Amino acid sequence: MAQTNSSGQGTNGVADESPNMIVYRKMEEVIARMQDEKNGIPIRTVKSFLTKIPSVFSGSEIVQWLIKNLDIEDPVEALHLGTLMAAHGYFFPISDHVLTLKDDGTFYRFQSLCLSPSAVYLCKRTMQNKARLELADYEAESLARLQRAFARKWEFIFMQAEAQAKVDKKRDKIERKILDSQERAFWDVHRPVSVYGLQNDIRTHSPTHTPAPEAKQPTEEELQHQITFWQLQLDRHRLKMSKVAESLVGYTEQYFEYDPFLTPPDPSNPWISDDTTLWELEASKEPGQQRVKRWAFGIDEVLKDPVGREQFLKFLESEFSSENLRFWLAVQEVKKRPIREVPTRVQEIWQEFLAPGAPSAINVDSKSYGKTTQNIKDPGRYAFEDAQEHIYKLMKSDSYSRFIRSSAYQELLQAKKKVQTRKSID
Amino acid sequence: MRSPLSPEMATQEVPLNETLAHLKTESETLKLKLEEERAKLHDVELHQVAEKVEGLGQFVMKTRRTLKGHGNKVLCMDWCKDKRRIVSSSQDGKVIVWDAFTTNKEHAVTMPCTWVMACAYAPSGCAVACGGLDNKCSVYPLSLDKNENLAAKKKSVAMHTNYLSACSFTNSDMQILTSSGDGTCALWDVESGQLLQSFHGHAADVLCLDLAPSETGNTFVSGGCDKKANVWDMRSGQCIQSFETHESDINSVRYYPSGDAFASGSDDATCRLYDLRADREVAIYSKESIIFGVSSVDFSLSGRLLFGGYNDYTINVWDVLKGTRVSILFGHENRVSTLRVSPDGTAFCTGSWDHTLRIWA
Repeated sequence: MAQTNSSGQGTNGVADESPNMIVYRKMEEVIARMQDEKNGIPIRTVKSFLTKIPSVFSGSEIVQWLIKNLDIEDPVEALHLGTLMAAHGYFFPISDHVLTLKDDGTFYRFQSLCLSPSAVYLCKRTMQNKARLELADYEAESLARLQRAFARKWEFIFMQAEAQAKVDKKRDKIERKILDSQERAFWDVHRPVSVYGLQNDIRTHSPTHTPAPEAKQPTEEELQHQITFWQLQLDRHRLKMSKVAESLVGYTEQYFEYDPFLTPPDPSNPWISDDTTLWELEASKEPGQQRVKRWAFGIDEVLKDPVGREQFLKFLESEFSSENLRFWLAVQEVKKRPIREVPTRVQEIWQEFLAPGAPSAINVDSKSYGKTTQNIKDPGRYAFEDAQEHIYKLMKSDSYSRFIRSSAYQELLQAKKKVQTRKSID
Repeated sequence: MRSPLSPEMATQEVPLNETLAHLKTESETLKLKLEEERAKLHDVELHQVAEKVEGLGQFVMKTRRTLKGHGNKVLCMDWCKDKRRIVSSSQDGKVIVWDAFTTNKEHAVTMPCTWVMACAYAPSGCAVACGGLDNKCSVYPLSLDKNENLAAKKKSVAMHTNYLSACSFTNSDMQILTSSGDGTCALWDVESGQLLQSFHGHAADVLCLDLAPSETGNTFVSGGCDKKANVWDMRSGQCIQSFETHESDINSVRYYPSGDAFASGSDDATCRLYDLRADREVAIYSKESIIFGVSSVDFSLSGRLLFGGYNDYTINVWDVLKGTRVSILFGHENRVSTLRVSPDGTAFCTGSWDHTLRIWA
């Protein structure tokens, strides 16, 4: 479970990480594990013709390591993850710097960890001759952003860059060879025109993920509001996990046969067979057996399905008790209208269903009736909310259960499905 | 945990400082108490109860249609109620309406702004809404006459003070719910553009929202950069429940089909399931090998499967009850930015930064 903290700081004390930094950090953790002396990828020097190639490992070794250490079953998945890490420049093929991963004997080398995305590159550029190498606008912007993101590590990165600039000349031949290769690969990744379509390309960065501004300290009013909120939450009635889990399991089991991903639809899934019969059947006025069966799951299923609503209404009309459902449907309609039409519609509903002497009088408890009478004086979209809730409960326990037990419903349930075998011509 | 009594203001305002510190302590104590109460009812894990459920077999899910036509990153899409048409929007300002079954483009409109991050299909199928960096949500009625200029009939509905991140019609063409980078959500009357209700409570950009699937309910859930998922009462504008367990921005929220729970997808590379009756997080869907953030999530019709579109270009399919990953789908060549299951659950559609949309079944 995440450690949360009201001050907006992560538990290690560093300012909240931006989403990109979180990904870099995770990748760097994996890379660090890959570089571990005991459990990492074996890095070795390979003899080739007259020279030695230092500090390399093969593509297959990367894939195998990922499979073993990150609990991946499929080599394709390991290859995909490895390719993304290569695209970010964490390791690179030594021959051509084309940043993809191949599951074969091609040799790769790790990028130096301190050459984190753009950080050292931009840093070095500021140290070089300023007149000749002014940072472009977007580079300056990203340098500033990186400085904020790296915060405490920035000093270290700066020192690294400084030290590298001085010491480069003094390195021994092998070291310089490695370093040179790393730096050139680095340029290949981070030069302005990025060819790899990486999501961390500065100029195509999504506007939703700019660093969040520092959180303001809450005011007294805000704190009072928070306190009231927590108190309300504490008073809430909660269900036990066991009950909730049973309910979730029960629901998915009940709808298993209706889920096209789990049970192939009858006659076929249009997207797979290119046959739209399934949709034509659903659009027809004759509901199939499976669809009728679903109405028995709960009143919402009947109310949701236009054919279900129609059948329910027809049944209630035959019993001369349709005013409840008609009221409920009318109130739903009012909420869907433009605000301009609401006052008129509300009056109409009041006259039809609730006013003294109403033609389709409904029975509402006195409390709801009182509240509704008040609401009518200043009619809004929710004028009938209490009455509607009362009527809904009434329908659920009374009219709905009668409908499901009715012969009309049972007949629909027994009716044979009409199977249309002609293919649709598009 | 940070000490609640750390002094942070100058000592000349002693009474105010004491009151604020006192209130802070009270607030934090209550919050902790809430966590304790929530934890008391945690008598079993969802996947334990799900052990008795039969495992899912192997899935063969493939791309059944590829929709090409956008010239830049696809950012958002939505299905029409007719189960085959979709609307999609992209970074270059283009909004396209497709018959995904035939892959034909039926309408296209160019917005005056880039990064159209939100789009939605009206329940009637006769209009679409969209918006993004223009801070607005606009509605375009769809004409039967394909030659008609859609842009001429454009109606500006919502006005925020920062980018529009998501929009959705309620169960009617007449109301739109929006979320914005300005940290608020809002409900609007389409005809007049009037603000019907605003929702304040997120401490940072709100990135996503989803309406509860109930016939009677008036609630919706939102997720934001403050790592919080909030459940709102549309009538009163009040936040009725809040969940904060993600470690980074929440990019997507979607209700479980029964409306009793919802899933979220975050930049912390996890998807999570929160149950409203238990009032807590009840499952986490994650793997060590999944490092990149989740951009969008949606459930299959029964709620058994959770589909997640990820920033590493893949789609992961999760068994919601058992907590395991049942499939990983490759195909897109850049990050998956949006994912929605069709209204009858026969397929799901993904949109990607690789400029294409794909229908999977």
